Amino acid sequence: MEKKKDFVVRFAGEGGQGMVTAGEGLAQAAAQVGYHSQTFSTFPSQIEGGPTWCQTRIAITPALSAGDELDVLVAFNHAAYEGHKGEVREGGVIVYNSEEFQLEPDGHSFGMPFEELGKSTGNPRASNMVVLGAIAHLVNWPQSYLQDFVVARFRRGRANDQEIIDSNIKALSLGEEAARASGFNLGELASPVKPKYTQVMIKGNDLLALGAVAAGVEVFVGYPISPATTILVFMERNLTGPGRFVYQASSEIESINAIVGAGFAGKKAMTSTSGPGMSLMSEGIGMAWMAEIPVVIVNVQRGGPATGLPTKTEQSDFLAALHPAHGDQALPIIAPGTVEECFYAAIAAVNWAERYQGPVILLSDQMLSERAQNVPRPDLGKVVVEKRLVYSGNNGYLRYEASTVSPMPVPGGSGSYVANASEHDPMGDTTHRPDRHVQMTERRFNKLKLLQDSTYEAKHREAPIAVMPWGGSKGSMQEAYDILMAQGQKVGWYYTMYLHPLPAKLLEELRQKELVLVPELNYLGQFGSYLRSLGVRAESITQYTGLPFKVQDLVDQVTERVRAAQGGMVRV
Amino acid sequence: MTSKNEEYDFKWCPGCGDFGVRRSLEYAVADWITQTGQSIENTVVVAGIGCSGNMVHLLEGPQPFGIHGIHGRTLPISFGIKMGRPDLNVVIVAGDGDFLSIGMEHIAPQAQRNLNVTAIIMDNAVYGLTKGQSSPTTDMGVVTPTTPYGKVEGALNPLDLYLTLGASFIASGISTKIRPLGNLMSQAMHHPGFAIVHVQSPCTTYNDNYEILKGNPKKGMAPVAWDIPAEHDPTDRAAAHRVIHSGGIPLGVIYKQENSKPLDKRMGEAWAKARTQSVEQLLDSFLFKVS
Repeated sequence: MEKKKDFVVRFAGEGGQGMVTAGEGLAQAAAQVGYHSQTFSTFPSQIEGGPTWCQTRIAITPALSAGDELDVLVAFNHAAYEGHKGEVREGGVIVYNSEEFQLEPDGHSFGMPFEELGKSTGNPRASNMVVLGAIAHLVNWPQSYLQDFVVARFRRGRANDQEIIDSNIKALSLGEEAARASGFNLGELASPVKPKYTQVMIKGNDLLALGAVAAGVEVFVGYPISPATTILVFMERNLTGPGRFVYQASSEIESINAIVGAGFAGKKAMTSTSGPGMSLMSEGIGMAWMAEIPVVIVNVQRGGPATGLPTKTEQSDFLAALHPAHGDQALPIIAPGTVEECFYAAIAAVNWAERYQGPVILLSDQMLSERAQNVPRPDLGKVVVEKRLVYSGNNGYLRYEASTVSPMPVPGGSGSYVANASEHDPMGDTTHRPDRHVQMTERRFNKLKLLQDSTYEAKHREAPIAVMPWGGSKGSMQEAYDILMAQGQKVGWYYTMYLHPLPAKLLEELRQKELVLVPELNYLGQFGSYLRSLGVRAESITQYTGLPFKVQDLVDQVTERVRAAQGGMVRV
Repeated sequence: MTSKNEEYDFKWCPGCGDFGVRRSLEYAVADWITQTGQSIENTVVVAGIGCSGNMVHLLEGPQPFGIHGIHGRTLPISFGIKMGRPDLNVVIVAGDGDFLSIGMEHIAPQAQRNLNVTAIIMDNAVYGLTKGQSSPTTDMGVVTPTTPYGKVEGALNPLDLYLTLGASFIASGISTKIRPLGNLMSQAMHHPGFAIVHVQSPCTTYNDNYEILKGNPKKGMAPVAWDIPAEHDPTDRAAAHRVIHSGGIPLGVIYKQENSKPLDKRMGEAWAKARTQSVEQLLDSFLFKVS
């Protein structure tokens, strides 16, 4: 029997039962022996309780998506069983907590008492390890994999370390015994191909925050909001020391205005938020555009509008990110597509803000923010950090005179001026003259031309039809694309983090295509409509469930659209 | 702006109180430069939206830096400037509409943080730039374009509000007393913490209350504004409360917290517990070994 190349487990139950701990523990254990792993979590917006689940995917090649179908469902209660059993693949196994409910033997499920077995080790918190022990048996993992993980996790230099390690290892073996007794087995998971590079196990938001620090962000002001809060938490802990400032603001209105103040005062400044906070920041973002002040606004998208779906994933803020404020403005947008890209996208966003002297939107997704994944440790030696042009000439400087970006005076230095959110003359004083509004509007838009030289991915450029995912849908589309290629379909691939302005050469290529298919998680097909406005024949593949795309759905959708398009192209 | 910018055509109405406030601010900034040895470019004027905010363009002589932002947000903008650059002297110029209506939500947090900035609030009890609508300090019953049957809200007492919210320096002035007002501004700039100088700055077009404030002996009108007696101890919070509630408009330093510790100092102290790590170290904290 061929060995399995990947393995998907979903832990489902009530918030507070340890689903995320179990899922992330499994991912960490797998990564520690050389697998690639990632987790996807979704939970209701409450402290405890409510239906929660965490899905872990383990693979011998980098895991690009959460995985469509479940090999194993771990059901912590009956509601979880009912809610998720339909997603278990044929031949998959359901492990359920027999303390909560009982099932008649059905050939694909078995129960064991999670809590009771856990407590029997003398450690009331060991039930997660019972579950992991059972899972390990289902894919013939050597006992050492999870044992090594337990030792690494619980050796913390405390007096009772060994006691805790022993009880957890005991829990692993109890779970394993229960699974063995059930007689179920999924077949062996292929041995890991150990990566040659050093790795970090990290979530998207943490890596994004690290990228910002690496890019030289010194001021961070934010307000708690799911799913962006962990960026603020990371910064509060780590953005300390001379010349730095981090603070939890009283609202998103305060956050945006504070970072505009800091940007004006010469600092690299950032805030992070999600949909509702973006709405509140609208006017402040307009000010940064108008007064030409470098700042970065991170929007970790969730379902909207209004309070919407705080803990679910959606890519429905693209148009709001492009035009967050009233009036003529179009904001630069950078959107990471993977956990790893979160780091580089943050650096690029800070660099762009400094280069064009204005606000930049860093558009992430809930599904990236909460995803823990093992990725190569970023090489800081390759990071390029940009700084704004600073004015150092005589006083009497005309700050806004040039037709594009010009050196920016910084308080304390020479060239004092008024940074003005009203329309202004070259000196920064308010004006209503038509010629000035024309001059300044064109200056502000001209500066965007400095941002068109970014990189992008392209495969099978010769194909007249291409796919072009953006943001967190990249992984699912990439996996679907690999399947389409294996099937021999003729479809091109384009991808970039730099959504606005698009790399000039990419746009040129896209305009040559007969059709560009854009998978995106929103109703309107927002990015597709943007591409069409740029003269690209784009069509969106939409989904608006609050969940990521399934790979098979994308394979089917692309296949169908390509067939329809080719049918339509037959010339008589 | 220097007086040479002929393109800039905004003008205050003749007799506007803001002329006097501008002169007082110029004196106070000049004093600040003399006393601290800082350059003029180390001062940043953060302007609100309204007639008073235009002061940032109308200051004469050597020019400080300025930012003329959006309505009601002078405090959060100042927050970012001052905490990003504690070396700067940050001065807010805003009106009663900007600061006390749309911007009201920002006073409490900055007062509690004791942000080390000086806010100069020009109160004319009216929205002048939009032509005479009622403001938070407009009296109950007053008819304006937006209160055609008389205002049905009471007038806010800003001084009482500042004291309640925890501002660590509160002064009250009037635009006609230019040197004394400049002196209050100087004291506010030197105060290590959140300082507000609330100024009666009448609008000659929509709410000309000079006579009410200063009185008119010929008509037998007593002045509403009165000088706070020298024996008032501004460090006494209860005494400050009594002054505010003595009726009329008290002029002078109302409250000054002793041993005021501004936010930048508090942050420095809190961070004594922090172990600042380099990006390399932070990345390493997520590192794991493949066995």
